[in-house]
Amino acid sequence: MGDRKIKVETLTRVEGEGGLFIRMSGETIEEVRLEIYEPPRLFEALLRGRPLEDAPDITARICGICPVAYQMSSVHALESALEVTVSPEIRRLRRLLYCGEWIESHGLHMHLLHAPDFLGFESGLEMAKQFPEAVNRGLRLKKHGNQLVDLLGGRAIHPVNVCVGGFYRIPRRNEFQKLIPDFEWGLNAAMETTRWVAGFDFPEMVSDCEFVSLSHPDEYPMNEGVMKSSLGDVIEVEQYEEEFEERQVPHSTALQAFRKSTGRPYLLGPLSRINLNRDQLFPQARKLADEIGWEPVCRNPHKAIIARGLEIVHAYEEGLSILRDQHLAGKPRETYTPQAGTGKSATEAPRGTLYHRYEIDDQGKIVEACIVPPTSQNQAQIEVDLKHVVSESMGNEETELARKCENLVRAYDPCISCSTHFLKVTIDRH
Amino acid sequence: MSVGKPRLAVFKFASCDGCQLSLLDAEDQLLSVADALEIVYFPEATSRMEAGPYDISLIEGSITTPHDATRIQQIRRDSRFLMTIGACATSGGIQALRNGADSAEFMRSVYATPGYIEVLEHSTPIADHVAVDFELRGCPINQYQLIEVIQSLLAGRTPRTPGHSVCLDCKRRGTVCVTVAQGIACLGPVTQSGCNALCPSYNRGCYGCFGPASQINLVSLTSQMEQDGASRQEISNSLQNFNNNAPAFREESRRLQDRNGEPD
Repeated sequence: MGDRKIKVETLTRVEGEGGLFIRMSGETIEEVRLEIYEPPRLFEALLRGRPLEDAPDITARICGICPVAYQMSSVHALESALEVTVSPEIRRLRRLLYCGEWIESHGLHMHLLHAPDFLGFESGLEMAKQFPEAVNRGLRLKKHGNQLVDLLGGRAIHPVNVCVGGFYRIPRRNEFQKLIPDFEWGLNAAMETTRWVAGFDFPEMVSDCEFVSLSHPDEYPMNEGVMKSSLGDVIEVEQYEEEFEERQVPHSTALQAFRKSTGRPYLLGPLSRINLNRDQLFPQARKLADEIGWEPVCRNPHKAIIARGLEIVHAYEEGLSILRDQHLAGKPRETYTPQAGTGKSATEAPRGTLYHRYEIDDQGKIVEACIVPPTSQNQAQIEVDLKHVVSESMGNEETELARKCENLVRAYDPCISCSTHFLKVTIDRH
Repeated sequence: MSVGKPRLAVFKFASCDGCQLSLLDAEDQLLSVADALEIVYFPEATSRMEAGPYDISLIEGSITTPHDATRIQQIRRDSRFLMTIGACATSGGIQALRNGADSAEFMRSVYATPGYIEVLEHSTPIADHVAVDFELRGCPINQYQLIEVIQSLLAGRTPRTPGHSVCLDCKRRGTVCVTVAQGIACLGPVTQSGCNALCPSYNRGCYGCFGPASQINLVSLTSQMEQDGASRQEISNSLQNFNNNAPAFREESRRLQDRNGEPD
């Protein structure tokens, strides 16, 4: 075998713009690149000099699929800088909002983007012709997630109700209660969906990656906790930038992330969250994990679709418990006086840990912002796993090998618009 | 339209994907839309990737790289009806904030080393590059408006998307005016309808997602804001939103910046 090159110009059924490039020489893999060529939008620079109140609205625009994650990481980081503690009610409502986004984002990925790979369709819409029940169920689940974000956030994409200190307005109890029947149906439907995807035919694969996610003693991780690793380390969010570093690579508009202590990449997202926090799942989700035989540590990235299903079940269960809560009243937000300081926060976006740091001045203006999205952190690990797939499938012809690689990338649900806030640019003056 | 089902394509430039997601979020109509059209190019949703010509092309995002400036020209040649969706495509988006800055300085302040990708100095709307047949506003767009425009195209009638201001919708909803009752600054009087006057119903001022409405008197509003105690810097800042590069917002924001610090 001589030199072979495999190029996928445009990855499909992923959020954002990226491609794949693989170069082999005989039996040696010379190069494997997940190419991210999404144009940069320079959010960290846009935030400079803005009032801190603008951060949740502006950072939401980094990603239309997971705007809640950006709003949550930004408000928590800024509240930390302002030394504001939100009430237990606001804390619960923020978890409820996240439940909505997880349901919507995971529902979209499972049914419209990922499942077609296992069943041999080019899209979820094509798949609907042969699997109308599964696709319609998936669309309904996704719709519930959107309805919840719509109610509590004001709209499903770029919610308007989130602010530093809490919410602009807390919806009325009867508005929450209206969602309960749908959520009761959805909880069962989510379990059916998870059983359905658990029955797919998964390619064999063992990734020896390090799993990393937030972790909390009392709850499944969403808005707070410490960083936990499958190597046994526990890292405070305050130490995030000391522990994880980002490096520049020529083929990507996103920086790639590594653990400083090991020099190796790591993996964030639903697979890591379930592997590290299974005991914190709500009862039905935990029981379902046992029923479908989820391993103590699942190392097959293709099975992330099952992890997403389990998380949807959890989000319905926890969502229901909050929707039924009789005590969701109180003042919508905490007030604060601007003060100079730095605040850091990490929350669990659907695709993994999203870290924000802000420095603010005593006028309440943003001096500096640092945003580290999950997909840019996963990129290096995705490339390691791609090498693994290529080495296992050397004998395949190009189209088949490209298909396998593309399927693997989709399993991580990369969110490419998110990942490109970092770019070293040359300015073309035309 | 071509013989058989109209061919629909969805393209992305610099954006967050939220507007094309609006199409996938129209869960109730999604499968019937997919049935009435051939979705032949929509990378986010399908691996089917057919070359043009296309009957309807939806364009999300702004032009920020030389490569994209070339790509949009080809898409225009391939498309019978080209429609831009969202604030990035119709006005340049939040990323157009760099247009007003000394962009070399702006870039240097963020990026220490020279780079790999060529980026244009400005973020510009699609209409600055090619002829656009229809613009759908919003950050994000309203999914019902998107479905309405697609349906009207299929039926051969004019789309019904209003051009009046958010204020009118507040009155329709029966929302008590947040400015009059609470003194909250609000861009509702000068922002185009499309969100169903969302923000005031959540007890905050409109922040201009749908861009300037037609026939507005922006100076009248900003003068009122000044009288109510806002500084010119604060007012200018509020116009530097997701439609900061829409001419009406851009010019008034600059005028206020230039007068910042001057006596009244």
